[in-house]
Amino acid sequence: MAVTNIVIAGLGGQGVLTASDILADAAFRAGFDVKKSELHGMSQRGGSVTSDVRFGDRVLSPMVPPGEADVLLVLEPTQSAINRGLLRHGGVLIGPEIIPEGALRNRKSLNVAMLGALSTLVSIAEEPWMAAIHANLAEKLHALNEQAFALGREAAAHRAA
Amino acid sequence: MTGERLLLSGDDAVALAALHAGVELGTGYPGTPSTEILETFDRLGGRAQWSPNEKVALEVGIGAAFAGARTIVTMKHVGLNVAADALFTATHTDVDGGLLVISADDPGMASSQNEQDNRHYARAAAAPMLEPMDSQQAYDFTWLGLELSERWKIPVLLRLTTRICHAKTVVRPRAARAPRAPEPFRRDIPARVMIPAYAKPAHQRLRQKLAEMAAWNEAEGPLLQELNDRALGILSTGVSAVHAREAAPEASHLSIGLTYPLPFERIRAFAAEVERLVVIEEGDPLLVESLRAAGIPAEGKPEMYRFGELNVARVRRILAGDTSPEPVPPPGKPPELCQGCSHRVVFEALRDLGCIVAGDIGCYTLGVLPPFSAMDTCVCMGASIGVGLGLRHVLPEAEARRVVSVIGDSTFVHSGLTGIAEMVYNPPPTGHVVLILDNGTTAMTGQQEHPGTGRLLDHSPTNQLNFEGAACAMGVQNVHVIEARDKDDSLRELLSEALGRNETTLIVARQPCVLAAPKIRFYEKAAAEQSEEI
Repeated sequence: MAVTNIVIAGLGGQGVLTASDILADAAFRAGFDVKKSELHGMSQRGGSVTSDVRFGDRVLSPMVPPGEADVLLVLEPTQSAINRGLLRHGGVLIGPEIIPEGALRNRKSLNVAMLGALSTLVSIAEEPWMAAIHANLAEKLHALNEQAFALGREAAAHRAA
Repeated sequence: MTGERLLLSGDDAVALAALHAGVELGTGYPGTPSTEILETFDRLGGRAQWSPNEKVALEVGIGAAFAGARTIVTMKHVGLNVAADALFTATHTDVDGGLLVISADDPGMASSQNEQDNRHYARAAAAPMLEPMDSQQAYDFTWLGLELSERWKIPVLLRLTTRICHAKTVVRPRAARAPRAPEPFRRDIPARVMIPAYAKPAHQRLRQKLAEMAAWNEAEGPLLQELNDRALGILSTGVSAVHAREAAPEASHLSIGLTYPLPFERIRAFAAEVERLVVIEEGDPLLVESLRAAGIPAEGKPEMYRFGELNVARVRRILAGDTSPEPVPPPGKPPELCQGCSHRVVFEALRDLGCIVAGDIGCYTLGVLPPFSAMDTCVCMGASIGVGLGLRHVLPEAEARRVVSVIGDSTFVHSGLTGIAEMVYNPPPTGHVVLILDNGTTAMTGQQEHPGTGRLLDHSPTNQLNFEGAACAMGVQNVHVIEARDKDDSLRELLSEALGRNETTLIVARQPCVLAAPKIRFYEKAAAEQSEEI
């Protein structure tokens, strides 16, 4: 399979890195070669954060080349415009507005809800997604985030229909 | 190989390899992007400890290696400047246990004060250097570095970069090595006591070791060569090796793992196979200059690509000789001090009092940004005190009186104590004011412990370094401890008063980091419960 390129963008504290950890882990569990990378440090003090995840038969660079992202997943509306240039021609931008305001029991699970929306576009089965959510989050958060994932998946399917 | 397949960051891969290879002690000082190596090593069951700074970390590591233990010492690139004094002579000694010094560079300066390229240290300190291209090599080269170190009794540098440390890639680990039985001390004065009489032959031995390692690198060093289209050959190291393979899949590639001492004959043979040889290296044009000095014609990159990280797009541009201006990505939201952070109160006071602020390295460096704009210098760990004193010595009196040195708690332990000695020894006529912003943690790098917190790397209790006690003992004339709080003018009043005196003053402004406070309460509670049980 050709390499799938995903960029997740948001602000420090929104769970961008957790989301990319879950996505990379799900792709890894699905048997793909995976690389992911991002910048830590200063970016975590409320500043802009992006994380790149790439998976396929064989991945070389850990960074998504600008203009080659298949999907840009944006957790914060202000981060859409500044990252749009990362998308390839015909690439898909998924913004936080896809998750209806008030639909989530806890807005902190927006990152996982967004992964649910992303899951309709990538070839990773549900089982590795669930395993990755469980492996990367504390047990008390599992049920909440499973619901968030399902909600995001439904919202994206609804929009596509 | 155990058949196991893992998805690991480069930092975690190094930690796992250290555990598997039988590393008995890991030391270091936190610094992005190196911090997670020791944290993971501890979590996996390894013995890891934070030192006050990188120099002490390396000295402890040298001692452990002299005693026969496999040892890793971790730091960010600028940390190696601090540890350099120890490194430059350690290479002359014979270590018994493998000693791997890990430098995590930050090309592009995601979280650093400079963009130095620590490959220069290999040649300058005569230390062999390994540079992995992904987490698998980070794992493999940790093993290899320890083995090479033991074989030639020499400290080995493992140079990582941000995109190795913080990139996750697939790793297949090996079976763990059986633990070593402790051995008694073995005296070896000529190999370990570097007085001139012993250091002169030691330097000869060092050059002999490097010559042997170069021969080993030629014969069986970790190279990755793919001969494809001969029109273009690319020589690359580190993460650039994967960027280059993606940017030019049709080209022939040679990537080197042991980048000092270089395998020149292998490179010469590769150069002879291709029509055009281009060196793809991040940072300074170090490899290409080494090739040219060895008489191997090679193209480097235009100067503009010396700055910042490389990536696939930039490698494509280098290969095409494209020096047109690069697209500038729109600016993101800059970082800022957290809401509720006690540093906010301090920088508001410094701003309102019109202070000239000699700053330091940490979260509080964000005090330079609006709405505070209350920092005038930031150079290196601990520099706030020396730079502040220098300003006071030379500025007109009215301005000298407004100079304040601002330093965080972890930074103070790292490199501030010698600055206090300087202040006591050479006080400016107007005196001086040092402000320690003690938020009880190494906040910027992710809330690590340090000698001032009274807790070890794993957050269990230990002895605590007392800043105010140390300052009194060292001879600072006025020492104050204050809580930095909102809606309270006591800090402003204390500062105004101190600035008016011709005396030396140290103020410890104490308030736990808002992010760390819940964890600190948890650690304190756990420690109290444990001491009750005893």
